[in-house]
Amino acid sequence: MKSLLRLLGSVATTLLGLLLVTFIISRFLPADPVLAVVGDHASESTIQAARVRLGLDQPIIVQFWLYIKHVLQGDLGLSIRTGLPISQELLRVFPATLELATLGVIIGIIFGIPLGVWSAVRKDSMVDHLVRFFGLIGYSVPIFWLGLMGLLVFYAKLDWLPGPGRLDFGYEEMITPVTGLMTVDTLIAGDMDLFKNALAHLILPASLLGYFSLAYISRMTRSLMLGQLRQEYILTARVKGVSERRVIWGHAMRNILVPLLTVIALSYGNLLEGSVLTETVFAWRGLGLYITDSIFGQDMPAVLGGTVVVGIIYIFINALTDVAYRLLDPRAK
Amino acid sequence: MTDWAIAVTPPGWRQWLLAETPHSRLQARLSRAYLNWIAFTRNPLAMLGLAMFLVLIFFAAFAPLVTAHSPIEGDLAARLLPPGGEHWLGTDQQGRDIWSRIVYGSRTTLIIIFMVAITAAPIGIVIGTTAGYVGGWVEGALMRVTDAFLAFPKLVLALAFAAALGAGIENAILAIALTSWPPYARIARAETLTVRGTDYVAAARISGASALRILVGHIMPMCMPSLIVRVSLDMAGVILIAAGLGFLGLGVAPPQPEWGQMVSDGRAQILEQWWVCTFPGIAIFIVSLGFNLIGDGLRDVLDPREG
Repeated sequence: MKSLLRLLGSVATTLLGLLLVTFIISRFLPADPVLAVVGDHASESTIQAARVRLGLDQPIIVQFWLYIKHVLQGDLGLSIRTGLPISQELLRVFPATLELATLGVIIGIIFGIPLGVWSAVRKDSMVDHLVRFFGLIGYSVPIFWLGLMGLLVFYAKLDWLPGPGRLDFGYEEMITPVTGLMTVDTLIAGDMDLFKNALAHLILPASLLGYFSLAYISRMTRSLMLGQLRQEYILTARVKGVSERRVIWGHAMRNILVPLLTVIALSYGNLLEGSVLTETVFAWRGLGLYITDSIFGQDMPAVLGGTVVVGIIYIFINALTDVAYRLLDPRAK
Repeated sequence: MTDWAIAVTPPGWRQWLLAETPHSRLQARLSRAYLNWIAFTRNPLAMLGLAMFLVLIFFAAFAPLVTAHSPIEGDLAARLLPPGGEHWLGTDQQGRDIWSRIVYGSRTTLIIIFMVAITAAPIGIVIGTTAGYVGGWVEGALMRVTDAFLAFPKLVLALAFAAALGAGIENAILAIALTSWPPYARIARAETLTVRGTDYVAAARISGASALRILVGHIMPMCMPSLIVRVSLDMAGVILIAAGLGFLGLGVAPPQPEWGQMVSDGRAQILEQWWVCTFPGIAIFIVSLGFNLIGDGLRDVLDPREG
């Protein structure tokens, strides 16, 4: 209970700090918040009215307080481009990112953990070197470029997969968003062809994100696994004749599951970052594309709104991992 | 085992460097560094990374010697030429030689990583050592600010800063530096906590040294080694973020060549003229891979636990 309170406290202070950072960006950087709203050619009285409406005539500390209050109430202001509430727009685009990142992290887990274990068990063998190098490439390649190359090869040259977007051109109007997850919505609509289409559109961007999460997960799995394989209980198990498979998956794996959970959660958070560039390349209308589109549209409130939401999700994931850690690891109690 | 690194060292130096009982602190330290260097050279991948880095520096330094065309002035009669012949990596939509732009773009990359390193590291070291040495509520406040910056994915925060500051290389550098310092502050604080209670710091304090003098003269130097390692480990990430900003149009102002922006420029005609965005991407990949290989090699040498 006490540790839970402490966790809540640390979440609250981090959140406060996060809002301070975005507040500073919005108030002290060159882009004038008033001019951003009313445009360059507004009259003096319009500007003055906008200042009052935005609360900019108040002392800075009051402004910060109002900012926190608004964000906590889910009010991120109005988008300059569309005039709609930013929180409403973010809610609309978020499922697309969720769908993409979730499938990405699933791919990362399915391939990353076995590769990491394999590499640890065969330490310093050819397999180990290959797995590590494959992971290192994932760390080094610019994601937007790999996405473009993927489109070039699998869409343009081989024609195995569809191009950018979440559905083929013109199909998106045929689906009424219920959950916002295209694969689920097409199933709800009962249209198998559209479902297959949605899935086909997901494969390339999700594999791309999956590769990045695989690079991280396999590396950490290898390192955690090596730490366990050096322990004496592993030696004992081997000496008493436990099969190698049980030693690895039954004994060692069990002990790295909890730290591995943290790794997976972190990689889920990192995919939010990867999704910004991936969504831009694949015209995937999610959180990332919303942020970059807002940058091109000079829509600073929308950029900051998106940034705040990404930060909050990040904090939330970390806090959740912390809770899971405490629940699963008896030593943390 | 080749160990050419030992072989190329003059025998006198080698003896001094490998002495069992060093006679001075300098000798001990250099001896340690020398042994690390030998271990580093035994790692072929790390040496490959180092070679990539040296090639990058070579191209950046001697760009006019290895290119035949201007990276900025295009020949409109030679637009979108495929690779081969005079333009061996082809030309872009403005008829500029892609090889020249990649070579000159290496300068942009080097400037960005260098400037980010010398901006972010000092921010981190000042905040971290101050927090660690002063303690109390100052430490609490500074470390909460650090945590707040760590609560954002780096690229997203860098995007927000860059969008607010506007495009341009200085702003891109500032945006990346502002998102890169928190890990350095944490390292500097941890190092400070370990040396804060040592006798030599106490001696300095008793002899009347001011807090500022102790921080700058006695604590900051102790943070440098681990900080330098961490900064070099981060460089691959900085390259990717810089390229990402460039790709989104928040990097250097055109027509200066920048690799991420070059990939973005080639996007429109990727289906017909694939080379325009393919080659700059390969350049980003190679350089970032080089830094990652160096980083992995350094980690293996300095932290053998990972194995």
